Amino acid sequence: MVKVNLVLLALLVMCALSLVSSRHQARKLFVELEREQALARGYEVEYGQLQLEQSTWAVPARVDRIARDQLHMQIPGAARVQLIEGAPR
Amino acid sequence: MTMASAARGAQPPRLPPRRAPLVFGALLVLLALLAARSLYLQRIDRGFLQEQGSSRYGRSLEVPAHRGRILDRFGEPLAISTPVKAIWAWPDKVEATPEQMRKLAGALDLPPQALSAKLKSDADFVYLKKGVPPDAAARIAALAIPGIHDDDEYRRYYPAGEVLSHVVGFTGDGDVGQEGIELAQQAWLGGRPGSRRVIINRRGEVVEDVASIRAPQEGRDLALSIDSRLQYTAFRELKAAVDANRAKAGGLVIIDVRTGEILALANCPSYNPNNRNHAARERMRNRALTDTFEPGSTLKPFTIAAALDAGKVRPGTIVDTAPGTLTIGTSTIHDAHREGALTIEQVVQKSSNIGAAKIALSLAPETMWTMFSEAGFGTPPKSGFPGEVSGRLRPAKTWRPIEQATMAYGHGISVNLVQLARAYSLFATDGELKPVTLFREAGPVAGRPVIKPETAREVRHMLEMVVLPGGTAPKAQVAGYRVAGKTGTAHKLEDGVYANKYVSSFVGFAPASNPRLIVAVMIDEPSAGQYYGGSVAAPVFASVMGAALRLLGVPPDAPVNNVLPSDDDDGDVREET
Repeated sequence: MVKVNLVLLALLVMCALSLVSSRHQARKLFVELEREQALARGYEVEYGQLQLEQSTWAVPARVDRIARDQLHMQIPGAARVQLIEGAPR
Repeated sequence: MTMASAARGAQPPRLPPRRAPLVFGALLVLLALLAARSLYLQRIDRGFLQEQGSSRYGRSLEVPAHRGRILDRFGEPLAISTPVKAIWAWPDKVEATPEQMRKLAGALDLPPQALSAKLKSDADFVYLKKGVPPDAAARIAALAIPGIHDDDEYRRYYPAGEVLSHVVGFTGDGDVGQEGIELAQQAWLGGRPGSRRVIINRRGEVVEDVASIRAPQEGRDLALSIDSRLQYTAFRELKAAVDANRAKAGGLVIIDVRTGEILALANCPSYNPNNRNHAARERMRNRALTDTFEPGSTLKPFTIAAALDAGKVRPGTIVDTAPGTLTIGTSTIHDAHREGALTIEQVVQKSSNIGAAKIALSLAPETMWTMFSEAGFGTPPKSGFPGEVSGRLRPAKTWRPIEQATMAYGHGISVNLVQLARAYSLFATDGELKPVTLFREAGPVAGRPVIKPETAREVRHMLEMVVLPGGTAPKAQVAGYRVAGKTGTAHKLEDGVYANKYVSSFVGFAPASNPRLIVAVMIDEPSAGQYYGGSVAAPVFASVMGAALRLLGVPPDAPVNNVLPSDDDDGDVREET
């Protein structure tokens, strides 16, 4: 009887210790998860900023200005346009 | 001490009796007190200590949720929220060297005098600047000036700027929609921050989620029907025309015939939503939807369509418009250009007021009212924009004959530009009125039949004649495409009297063989000499329509040399209603 109790006590202590260590492990992993999530949020914010930057560079007004002023592009007049029949759409 | 004990001498002195029980008793009492205290703390007053404990390891954190983006039909961002910092100070706690102050003013982009004025304030708390970009905020934090702090906030940016400000609108304090789509779609776009309870360790890291108090609700993205490229073209051409004609204002709408989507909606004057400190409320109005005007001759096709649909006339029916004036009761109406006998087609082509009035008077007022009402006049267009107006269409019972005659050419009735553009879908399709929307549609949208398909085709043919030499708007011709449309030149009503100020307009669609786009242009009070719709609004229509069809890759339905010069440059754009 005493022996069984001793074995059970040892088991109990082991269980208690493993609970402690798994709890610790869980917290460590959770901290890591939090950190990664914060990083992901940061990237999302950065993505938004980059999108903003891209669309600011690509506004039609700016494209138009550069095409006209720097690249000296112009819309061809009617006389310089030839329509090729059977061209896709 | 007894004699006996003193005699024994060597024996240790004996403790007085009852001391041990006394001490024992005292200890027991103390122990009992301790036990009672601990019992009290554990059982009765447990809440206090638990609260104290959890306040040391527990926190409730706010979970941020950002506002959804507004996108154009291709996913290009039109409004994005990005985190920024609000810099604030406790003025009486600020201690900074002149060098630090200079750097702070530089990072805040404020003049040094303005900064020191703010810091001399009596208030306990002042905002130095809101919406500071993260990099500048980091430089300020690096200065580590006592009494200067920052807070997180969101700021909305609008890459399209003034080109689209009237449609998108803007947000006010706390990133809440204040104008335009931002206001109308607040519930869809707005995020609601959540909060959760967590356990933190001594380094301040979150180690465990205890409970989610309120789940955050992220704002959702919203796709508009706007095509950024067309919008820019529309805005540029409209602005150029408003400037060239020294006009008070202008509006332009492009509608996709198949879906009823608004591809572009431009207003002039405009404002920059990213920096609207000095913008007057006046500039912020989306006139194309929230203002009405008397449309003038652009309404004539509807009168003609009502007469054709009722079987009263045929396109070849002759109407005598001589001698250029018509007296109804005590009022007389005029034609700007005296004509004789005209066919119905020519009434539209030459925009004869008398012709239109005579046709109108042959109809019952209810017939005309039904036509106008079915075309969408007098009811808001329901595009999804806040504050759109319905315009004025009085009930037919109250019409006097002179009013019925003037309504035939668009006076005594008021519309907004989007209503007018949408109504032309009757002629651009085979007689269907399409719903109009500012949000992207997945495919073609069914319309509601209003007039007979033959009537629609007949009116479409008449509208095509308007832009040919002999019509009122040869300047609306587009190289490579057949276009159809109608000019309008209306006197403005001021305090109930028609003044010598005009609203010039042009509404049309192309390609006429299979219409894809409707473009409506309105120029308010052109004052550089020209004021006829055919010379002020029609050229804007032509350049926007040409560019739009090219951008959308619509195959031409006419040879590129189809633009015909008008016979005499002066007479044929003459028209006045």
